Amino acid sequence: MISLNLKKKLKSAGGQMVLDLKLTIEKGQFVTLFGESGAGKTSTLRMLSGLLKPDSGLIEVGETTWFNSDENIDLKPQQRKVGYVFQDYALFPNMSVRQNLEYALHKGQDKAIIGELLQFAELNELEQRKPETLSGGQKQRVALARALVQRPEILILDEPLSALDLKMRIKLQEYLLQVHRKYKLTTILVSHDIGEIVKLSDKVFELHKGRVIKKGAAADFFGLNKTSAKFRFSGEVLKIQKEDVIYIVSVLIGNDIVRVVSDPIEAAQLKVGDQVLVASKAFNPIIQKL
Amino acid sequence: MDWQPLALTFKLALVTTAILFVISIPIASWLSSTKSKLRPVLETLVSMPLVLPPTVLGFYMLVAFSPENAFGGWLNEWLGIKLIFSFGGLVLASVIYSLPFMVQPIQAGLSSLPPTLKEASYTMGKSKMKTLLKILLPNIRPSLLTGIVLSFAHTVGEFGVVLMIGGNMPGRTKVASIAIYDEVEALNYTAANNYSLILFFITFIILLLVYLINGGYFKRFAQ
Repeated sequence: MISLNLKKKLKSAGGQMVLDLKLTIEKGQFVTLFGESGAGKTSTLRMLSGLLKPDSGLIEVGETTWFNSDENIDLKPQQRKVGYVFQDYALFPNMSVRQNLEYALHKGQDKAIIGELLQFAELNELEQRKPETLSGGQKQRVALARALVQRPEILILDEPLSALDLKMRIKLQEYLLQVHRKYKLTTILVSHDIGEIVKLSDKVFELHKGRVIKKGAAADFFGLNKTSAKFRFSGEVLKIQKEDVIYIVSVLIGNDIVRVVSDPIEAAQLKVGDQVLVASKAFNPIIQKL
Repeated sequence: MDWQPLALTFKLALVTTAILFVISIPIASWLSSTKSKLRPVLETLVSMPLVLPPTVLGFYMLVAFSPENAFGGWLNEWLGIKLIFSFGGLVLASVIYSLPFMVQPIQAGLSSLPPTLKEASYTMGKSKMKTLLKILLPNIRPSLLTGIVLSFAHTVGEFGVVLMIGGNMPGRTKVASIAIYDEVEALNYTAANNYSLILFFITFIILLLVYLINGGYFKRFAQ
């Protein structure tokens, strides 16, 4: 179990902010920190991994104390068992893919894990390439594989998929889930993408101005369990159009645009850019092979 | 033609550059990462030789290291080191005088790297030293090259400090720039021209090489 109780004065884009955070994460859970930019998500991850020092508070992971301001305990990032995937991937430009992974080995560690991770991340053919020659998705896989070399107990993912296109995102989401289960990790993700959060995480914490304002199981969190639908998709509202007495809402689901009829009261609650759930249960969908 | 001043010039430049390379990396690394309030003070001190007339630096070093005075006397008496009018003194003066030319490119290079490179290495359990040697320095090779070459070239071109602290002793402190001055004073224009031409072309070639390497011309040619 990880328990965090952190206080830190932060300078964010909107001026000064006091981060005051209490949260506990069960071992083996996939947890997402959700919230607008500047809410303190990345700072929380940095404090957990030892890259940023809290003003006061406590970080306990399992039986060990990583940080305790009262007892002057502050483990260095080198001593904390954390795999960190940075938003910009932070691959070492002077090293090949394989060397990037090998650098992460700790002294005397068996090299076999490198081959295993290269295989798992489908990087075998790229192992001699330098990071600058890789695509975004490939870099992401290298960063993830590299974070796993030391067999961390905690995997930290700071918006790892935000720079990728939809197809690659979906593929890598699957991949993150596999990694989480295979290596029995406690995974902490920062993400803005509701579809991604629902798909990946067990639990969601919403941060606002440095505080946890809402938490819950992922599906409950976004109110998805209210409908017992036969099928449902999440998407983004592109356009709301009035036609006679009803409204037509165009929703982007994946790469497709779906038009849904909505009554004026419902439509009034929606605006362009909202994340919505499109569900249906009253009819049988037709499945046709393409 | 007497080759000694030229040989001495390049010996001085080599020794100075080697010492500067070793001491500038920790200084630049500290300056690029610290949040200490002392940072602007140290940055100012490092950069002072850029604007200060070399004679000012030379004058104070001359005073400080003179065996007539307390510090110079102590050095001479206890350690047997005599820094004025000696090669050792020239090296020390050149190191101080060329410090900004080594520290600034390295510091700029280190600051230009994304901080996540360093942080990623730390979260992998690697020490600051290992991170510096294996990750940071290899990724700022152009800056290192620029620092090395600028310090070398700047030491070759040094005049004021050397004259103040080293004087003009053949074989010990008479470097090429001083030899040129000497020959001109003696109305010996041919000899002055010889030294000047050699310095001119050597420095031109050194700097050209840096721009070619850092501009990637050789890589493009190889492909």
